[in-house]
Amino acid sequence: MTEIHHLHPHRHPAVPDDDGPLGYYQALEVAVRELLVEKGIFSGDDVRRAIEAMDARTPAQGARIVARAWTNPAYKARLLADGTAAARELGIDTAATRLIAVENTRLLHNLVVCTLCSCYPRMVLGLPPDWYKSRAYRSRAVREPRGVLREFGTVLPEDVEVRVHDSTADMRYLVLPERPDGTEGWSEERLAGLVTRDSMIGVTRCRL
Amino acid sequence: MLSPRFGLGARVTVRRADPPGHLRTPWYIRGQSGEIERLCGAFANPEELAYNRPGLPAQPLYRVRFHQCEIWPDYSGPAQDTVEVEIFQHWLEPAP
Amino acid sequence: MRQHHDMGGLPAGPVDRREHDYALWEKRVDALMMLLSEPQRQLLRVDELRRNIEALPPDAYDSMSYYERWISAIAHTLLQRGVLTADELGRKLAEVEARGTAG
Repeated sequence: MTEIHHLHPHRHPAVPDDDGPLGYYQALEVAVRELLVEKGIFSGDDVRRAIEAMDARTPAQGARIVARAWTNPAYKARLLADGTAAARELGIDTAATRLIAVENTRLLHNLVVCTLCSCYPRMVLGLPPDWYKSRAYRSRAVREPRGVLREFGTVLPEDVEVRVHDSTADMRYLVLPERPDGTEGWSEERLAGLVTRDSMIGVTRCRL
Repeated sequence: MLSPRFGLGARVTVRRADPPGHLRTPWYIRGQSGEIERLCGAFANPEELAYNRPGLPAQPLYRVRFHQCEIWPDYSGPAQDTVEVEIFQHWLEPAP
Repeated sequence: MRQHHDMGGLPAGPVDRREHDYALWEKRVDALMMLLSEPQRQLLRVDELRRNIEALPPDAYDSMSYYERWISAIAHTLLQRGVLTADELGRKLAEVEARGTAG
């Protein structure tokens, strides 16, 4: 039992649930899961495999795509034309959703939000950070993107267009950040190490 | 699927409808005008899927680009800033 | 009327950039959603999940954590679909709470 549990039982569900009293919704998860397993709808192994697949989806996937696009102009062209197919080329399956890559340039900066829920390109970035799902981000990113960007330390010149992408339906967005200066001749692997999750959401830029 | 009604670059207005139900057209964009950035394909209508109905025929889905300063009268950024929203065809009309 | 979840453009405070690592129970909720929505099962549509999240009263929507909203919506969807009944859910919940572990 951790102190967080005592302070905010509903706001910080990060505590492991296996060694303390279950909250109502944790108990509900157990109840639903056990009933579905008893009914033969899926097995406990199916659940474990789904979690393993989830853990395997991380921002490293997106970083591979970005680094490939930075080093291979033909791949970049294919990525911008059809993100779903370009992800598949690298063995990344986008399942039912489609991937759209949007390119940052000297004069254009892209920022991704989902104002209605929290749609996120999980197949290339894994599970979203808490702030992406927060009321503050979802409300403000679309109306005062430059203010939100400033909170992430990203200050853009006035001649840059800020383009916000509200993921309302079946598309998911991956920002292709600008390649930092001073990385000429770097290998794809080394470049991938520079590409952060936040730069692929568009709240920051890639830096050396 | 229904055939696409709008071409690339067409000026469109988002319908100012307000039905109950599960809607994927955000409130802030209803009644606003923008231009078609691309046709994303056709997808089952989420307003029907939400009630476990098939949502067919598939509805063309567009990405529509809007100028921030037209949406928010008090927008504090420069005039070139934009927002793009995915909108299903049945929410769109030709802009007047 | 603007629905509570439809918050684009509303005033709000600064973005709290703190993050937490997802707990196992949160990942299990996510796994339930993925498994139930797979083509071979189709016992839940993501839009049904969203509809049931959107149906939460505003104060519940704001005070529940992300995966609390999800498991609530998954349970409601399964009740609506007739996959589970309230009676069996109630009995199982009592059993789980008496046991006191995720088992």
